[in-house]
Amino acid sequence: MSGYQGKKNIPRITSDRLLVKGAKIVNDDQSFMADIYMEDGVIKQLGENLIVPGGVKIIEAHGKMVMPGGIDVHTRFQMPDRGMVSADDFYQGTRAALAGGTTMIVDHVVPERGVGLMAAFNQWREWADSKSCCDYSLHVDITEWHKGIQEEMESLVKDHGVNSFLVYLAYKDVFQLSDSEMYEVFSVIRDLGAIAQVHAENGDIIAEEQRRILDLGITGPEGHALSRPEEVEAEAVNRAVTVANQTNCPLYITKVMSKSSADVIASARKKGAVVYGEPISASLGTDGTHYWSKNWATAAAYITSPPLSTDPTTPDYLNSLLACGDLQVTGSAHCTFSTSQRAVGKDDFTLIPEGTNGTEERLSLIWDKCVVSGKMDENQFVSVTSTNAAKIFNMYPRKGRIAVGSDADLVLWDPDVSKIISAKTHNLSVEHNIFEGMEVRGGPLVVISQGKVVLEEGVLHTTEGCGRYVTRKAFPDHVYKRIKARSRLTELRGVPRGQYDGPVCDVAPSPKVMSATSTAKTSPTRQQKQQQQQQHQQQQQQHHQQSAAQPMRNLHQSGFSLSGAQVDDNIPRRSTQRIVAPPGGRANITSLG
Amino acid sequence: SLGHSSSERLLIKGGRIVNDDQSFHADIYMEDGVIKQIGDNLIVPGGVKTVEANGKMVIPGGIDIHTHFQMPYRGTTTVDDFNQGSKAALAGGTTMIVDHVIPEPGSSLIEAYDQWKQWADEKSCCDYALHVDITHWDDSVKQEVETLIKDKGVNSFQVYMAYKDYYQMSNKELYEICSFLAEHGGIAQVHAENGDLIAEEQARMLQMGITGPEGHVLSRPEELEAEAVFRAITIASQTNCPLYVTKVMSKSAADVISQARKKGNVVFGEPITASLGTDGTHYWSKNWAKAASFVTAPPLSPDPTTPDYLNTLLASGDLNVTGSAHCTFSVAQKAIGKDDFTQIPEGVNGTEERMALIWDKAVTTGKMDENMFVAVTSTNAAKILNLYPRKGRVAVGSDADLVIWDSDSVRTVSAKTHNSEAEYNVFEGMELRGAPLVVVCQGKIVLEDGTMHVISGSGRFIPCTPFPDFAYKRIKARKQLAVLRAVPRGLYDGPVSEFSPMSRGGTPSASARTSPTKPPVRNLHHSGFSLAGPTTPDDIPIRPAGRRVMVPPGGRSNITSLS
Repeated sequence: MSGYQGKKNIPRITSDRLLVKGAKIVNDDQSFMADIYMEDGVIKQLGENLIVPGGVKIIEAHGKMVMPGGIDVHTRFQMPDRGMVSADDFYQGTRAALAGGTTMIVDHVVPERGVGLMAAFNQWREWADSKSCCDYSLHVDITEWHKGIQEEMESLVKDHGVNSFLVYLAYKDVFQLSDSEMYEVFSVIRDLGAIAQVHAENGDIIAEEQRRILDLGITGPEGHALSRPEEVEAEAVNRAVTVANQTNCPLYITKVMSKSSADVIASARKKGAVVYGEPISASLGTDGTHYWSKNWATAAAYITSPPLSTDPTTPDYLNSLLACGDLQVTGSAHCTFSTSQRAVGKDDFTLIPEGTNGTEERLSLIWDKCVVSGKMDENQFVSVTSTNAAKIFNMYPRKGRIAVGSDADLVLWDPDVSKIISAKTHNLSVEHNIFEGMEVRGGPLVVISQGKVVLEEGVLHTTEGCGRYVTRKAFPDHVYKRIKARSRLTELRGVPRGQYDGPVCDVAPSPKVMSATSTAKTSPTRQQKQQQQQQHQQQQQQHHQQSAAQPMRNLHQSGFSLSGAQVDDNIPRRSTQRIVAPPGGRANITSLG
Repeated sequence: SLGHSSSERLLIKGGRIVNDDQSFHADIYMEDGVIKQIGDNLIVPGGVKTVEANGKMVIPGGIDIHTHFQMPYRGTTTVDDFNQGSKAALAGGTTMIVDHVIPEPGSSLIEAYDQWKQWADEKSCCDYALHVDITHWDDSVKQEVETLIKDKGVNSFQVYMAYKDYYQMSNKELYEICSFLAEHGGIAQVHAENGDLIAEEQARMLQMGITGPEGHVLSRPEELEAEAVFRAITIASQTNCPLYVTKVMSKSAADVISQARKKGNVVFGEPITASLGTDGTHYWSKNWAKAASFVTAPPLSPDPTTPDYLNTLLASGDLNVTGSAHCTFSVAQKAIGKDDFTQIPEGVNGTEERMALIWDKAVTTGKMDENMFVAVTSTNAAKILNLYPRKGRVAVGSDADLVIWDSDSVRTVSAKTHNSEAEYNVFEGMELRGAPLVVVCQGKIVLEDGTMHVISGSGRFIPCTPFPDFAYKRIKARKQLAVLRAVPRGLYDGPVSEFSPMSRGGTPSASARTSPTKPPVRNLHHSGFSLAGPTTPDDIPIRPAGRRVMVPPGGRSNITSLS
């Protein structure tokens, strides 16, 4: 219980006892038949013929699946936008989440520039503590970059249980960070043991395209999609992957909306990059053709960034990548605005507030698109809706698994129930649902959150403000084991050489580009201590080489001989760079030589 | 300047003419620097000098599309000037060079262009053209670019994505430059490396005490090159501008280019002699001067399989043209950076070795045939520069720039014997099969029996015209397709929330727009959905008209066929 941030209302749930009988328990690794006994919001016993106190409430599962409750890793409830607030607050939002089988949400703290991370974080805590109906945690977005921000990040990681920060590559002149800033932020994140999240779109190009599209007289929602083509998303993903590789920082791409950006993530993973991709309900369930709807309000309801792809084969493609493990986690990026709020941009698509619904539909949608269609099995379904999120953000096995000691957040899942999504019946306060009319198979029968039944027979029994803040420790194993191994490998070292003593050209003092720190350096010969070994097979050679004396010699004498062997042949090639070939080798074009 | 060659007449007998499309046996008769007749049993004036080719190949002279001869550097100049450089080029079978004009940031492009032209006119021994590098961007530069395209015979402009705070352009500037060039028929060339990240990495290397040439390659890993290539392609594709990536040095960058080509992007990649012939392991040489002689940017890849890979992509057509990026400095000049690798002047040799190296690595190994060899060393460059078929082809009416190629000759590259002034040669000791036997430039023999007969200043400036078909045919067709249009809708007449007017990143001019048409008002809350299926309004195509959706040849990978 030490992880809980002292909430006064914890005692309220201590007397809850619950037994789920005859369930098929589905974890990410296996499924098995067992009963589950919960007490005080924690799973106490798992097995058959459990000995439990009398008078316990019993739920008969009749062999149906019981899974860990979903974790929606990306929500934006109650998000302020230019004086407005997104339509679903923490109460309405978490109710919708629970109704769909999600028992934990992770919301994004978006500090206004100049406000500071800590102040914004506290504000969000206050909002969520007073209203959230399920457990929650918080990502913090970095919307500006300076020394003070770095200190606040440190304090958030060390004292407030935050281990993920999002940077924006879009929203020029508002949230957007430059490549240099991204490099610095990622370096700090890596040192703190957190995860770098990225909103990946090239804001510079978008700004240019927006201007061009408006100049063409295109002011409606279709302009949103036209000004943000998927290449611009893929470019930013590629850049973020590059920076993350350079800084050896784990990367998490929020909102994977297009095939191209999913492809970039998949190929980066094949090259060994530590990168995770998060498609959202909207990109898995629908596409961007609706931006051309003649009904302005319908078209505007689909506005989100990166936009839904106008290629209608996108959802299927993303579901396939989710099934094969190239994409790992799913969120909803739930951020809803009413039609009158959207109408702020009725004459200019760049002003339309962005965000779509999806927290309620997420589980059913993925079940329908992936499990029913045979792309994945029920265990993998649990991975992508719950377990992987818990692992990446260091909440596993407390969340994301049915095991003794884990939180009693469970869903009794009915794979046969069929439902038509509609704005008329959803648990949201907005007029449009982007999945309107879609028939999905699979849905929650019973939802248990904190050991209490919150959904039964189609009726929600939620308590406003009972959600607890879940702290997350730094250095999640799932992510950082590889990062740590690599930082041991990537020590760089200079080549010990004699001082160059030949002639030196006189030149005008440097117009050539360089960092200010580059002048007063000494030669690498005193770096011996730093020269840690990189690879086992090279150790011997390097020891040999380092212990060799370095007499002055004529540096103009060529080291070449005509036979092809060279004076420096004994030097290992590149001791410090990883060469990671994709599994299965390069494409066969290379085999020609 | 044509006078000196006007009386030259030359007949090459018994050669096998190799163009990029086919090879055939024929005699070639040249007069006044132009090919006048091709065929058997030609009727030529008496007393014509005759060269017997004895069945050897006669190929169009090479075009080195990337040189930096006589480049000013911090008050000094690269050791090979236009005379020395073009002499080295001719010695290797290259009969035309294209040099880069590099204006100081803030100074006039046209002044720099005039300066370069004057230097080259005085000294160059072979024909030349010029690329102009855009080192800063504002309205006056825009006008100069337009003038250069219209009146000065320049159709290619290079921008730098590296050299932070000096040459480097922002994404916004790249976007504007590409849009501008696309409109005026220019080719956008990029030096592709992420300068922001390099600056960070350089600072880190120096802090770790790594000051030698190995720091150069450690601070510029190939991913940074690939990233910039990817970004440049994205921007060029958005602006529908043909893109040319100079100096493809790594596998990753080449992969990005070949993938983009498979998706249909108009992009050309230029590997250079150095990246095709050697690798970056030499940066770890204990001989500082030797290690420094390999310093160029993007750096040579430390992955020793790179040259072979790039040669393969060149053979398969994923990369199209080759240059040398010949830019040589003496050891004393390189030693400016003896205590700090970031101060080492950048550049390697390669104009002399280019043809023989590619022949050895790609033709003798069976990766490409002699026709493809001509394409990548000469014809493609001529097409991109819009000089085809004047250059890059052996045909009646083309310039008499020819090489009789000896595919069996074997030579060893060495700084002792090369025609460059530099003390080091990055290909030192390499044995290359294939070499020019006779080089004819402007209808005159400039290399015969291993002896050079060059005339300083005989090279002519060859103006390049805009909208080269090779790049622009596709661009033009796409421009017609890429018309965007708005959806005609009723005016939204529902309630509008109050909000603070601060814009969220849109354009400042974004407020006072009206919708394009004003059809009758209708109930916009009425849902367009039906439960039966998709809700596409029936008079609009589902796919927006302006977007291309292109699938790679052969379809997507089979993961998608699961459903």
